[in-house]
Amino acid sequence: MDTTDTTPIIPKPVKQKRFASFRKSLTDFFASLYNINSFIIRFFKEAFLPPYEFKEIIRQCYETGVRSFTLISLTGFIVGLIFTKQSRPSLAEFGATSWLPSLVSIAIMRALAPLVTALIAAGKVGSSIGAELGSMRVTEQIDAMEVSGTNPFKFLVCTRVLATTLTIPILATYTGLISILGGFLNVYVNEGTSYRTYIGQVFDPLSFIDFTAALIKSIVFGFTIGIVGCYQGYNSSSGTEGVGKAANGAVVTAMFLIFIEEITIVQITSWFR
Amino acid sequence: MEKQKAPIDHKNAVIRVHGLKKAFGDYEVLRGINLELYQGENLVVLGRSGTGKSVLIKVISGLLQADAGTVEVLGQNIDQLTTRELQALRIRIGFSFQNSALYDSMTVRKNLEFPLVRNRRGIGRKEIDTSVERVLEAVGLAQTINQMPSELSGGQRKRIGIARTLILNPEIMLYDEPTAGLDPITCIEINELINEVQERYKTSSIIITHDLTCAKQTGDRIAMLLDGKFQREGSFEHVFDTDNARIKPFFDYNFIK
Repeated sequence: MDTTDTTPIIPKPVKQKRFASFRKSLTDFFASLYNINSFIIRFFKEAFLPPYEFKEIIRQCYETGVRSFTLISLTGFIVGLIFTKQSRPSLAEFGATSWLPSLVSIAIMRALAPLVTALIAAGKVGSSIGAELGSMRVTEQIDAMEVSGTNPFKFLVCTRVLATTLTIPILATYTGLISILGGFLNVYVNEGTSYRTYIGQVFDPLSFIDFTAALIKSIVFGFTIGIVGCYQGYNSSSGTEGVGKAANGAVVTAMFLIFIEEITIVQITSWFR
Repeated sequence: MEKQKAPIDHKNAVIRVHGLKKAFGDYEVLRGINLELYQGENLVVLGRSGTGKSVLIKVISGLLQADAGTVEVLGQNIDQLTTRELQALRIRIGFSFQNSALYDSMTVRKNLEFPLVRNRRGIGRKEIDTSVERVLEAVGLAQTINQMPSELSGGQRKRIGIARTLILNPEIMLYDEPTAGLDPITCIEINELINEVQERYKTSSIIITHDLTCAKQTGDRIAMLLDGKFQREGSFEHVFDTDNARIKPFFDYNFIK
C-alpha cells in the first residue's frame, strides 16, 4: 500500500469554522423555537378538550401551592420588611416617612409580589416539574402511560401548566399581603402607626389597573413556569444527565422569560396609565 | 423446561408487518422487516444489542413511527389511525417494558389501578379491587399491594409490570427483554409466567430478548434479527441448525460449551 500521500492537509479557515458553528447554533435556536411553539399549540388544543382531568389539576394545584408556601411566606415578609427599612432613610431626608406605606404598596403590588413569587416558583416548582417529567421520560414511564391508553400530554403536561397558571396568581396575592405585613412591622416599630391607618394608606394609591396588571403578570408567569418546566422534562434526552439538564433548563429559561415578560407588561401597562 | 405446544391459529394473524424500515439519523436500524404474529402464538425476536429489536415493538405499539412499510395490528393499520383510535387499540395491547416502567410515585395498587381507572370510566371501587387482586394473584405477588416500586426487587418489578398490562385483558403482549438483569432462577420464573399468561389470557406475544433460555422456554417460533432483517426464522432448533458465522456464536456463547 502506498502511504506516501503528498497532498498537503489544508486546515479550514478559522472564519469558515466560526461561520459553520454560528449557522448551526442559529438553526438549533430556530428548531427549538419551532418545537416550543408546537408544544404550546398542542397544550391549547388538548387542555380545553374533554375528557378533563379535574382531579389531577386540583392535586397539582395543591402540590404547587404547598411546595412554595413556606418559602414564599418567609421571602414575602422579609422583602416587605427590608424594602421599607431601606427606603426609610431616603424619605426621611425629605421628611416624607409618612409616604412609606404608599411607596411600599406601589412597589410591592406593581412589581415585587408577582416577580418574587414567580422567581421562587420557577426555582421550586419549575425545577421539580422538569426533573419529575424528565425522570419519567428516561425511565419510560411516559411511554408506559401512552401504551396503556392514557394521553400522557393531557395527564402530565396540561394539568401541570393549568395548575401553575391558576396557583401563581393566588400565591402572588398572598406574597403581596405578607410583604405589606412585613412593611407594617417596620412602620409600626419606628412610627407606631396603627394597623388600620397603615392599611388605609397602603391601598389608597393603588388603582384598578395596578391590580389588573399584577394579576395578568402572575397568570403569564405561572403559564411560563408550567410550560417551560413541562417542555424541558417531557422532551428530556436519555440518562440521568438529561434529567439534570431538564431541571436546570426549566429554571434558567423560565427566569429569563419572566424578566422579559415583566419588562413587556410594565411597558404595555404604562400606555394605559 | 421445554415449552408445551400452544394452540396457534395459523390462519389468523393478529400482527402483520411488511417492509418496515426505521432509521435514526444516518443509521438504518430496520431495513425491511416482514413479520406475521398468529393468534395464540409466542414469537421470540432474538438479536444482539442495538439490532433494533425494541425499536420493532415500539413501532408496532405506535410509540415510534416507521419510515417505510406497513404495520397492521388486530386488522388496523396503525399509520392511518387517529390519536383516539390508536389509544383505543393500545388498550388491546399489553407492553411490558425492559425496566418495568412502574410509576415511581404510586404504590403497587395505584400502579395497577391506573390503566383501569383511565380506560374504564365510571368503574366501581369493588370491581377495581377485584381486578387488582386477580392480576396480583396471577403474577404471585398479592403481598406487595401496598408497597412502593422502590421497595420491590427486579423480578418483582417485572411481574408487577406484567400485571399492570394484564389488568386490561390484552389480546397481544409485547415483552421487551423480560429477563434482562435478573438472576437465572428469577429468569425461569418470568419465562414460566410468560407461558402462563399465554395460556390463561389466550394472548399472542412478541418477546424481545437475547437470552436463549428465555427464547427456548417461551417461544413457539424464533426470528433472528441481524443487520436490520430477519435472517432465520422457525423453531429454536431450526434457527440454530446453521453454520452461519454470525448466528452460531450467539448460540455457543449463550450455552457455554
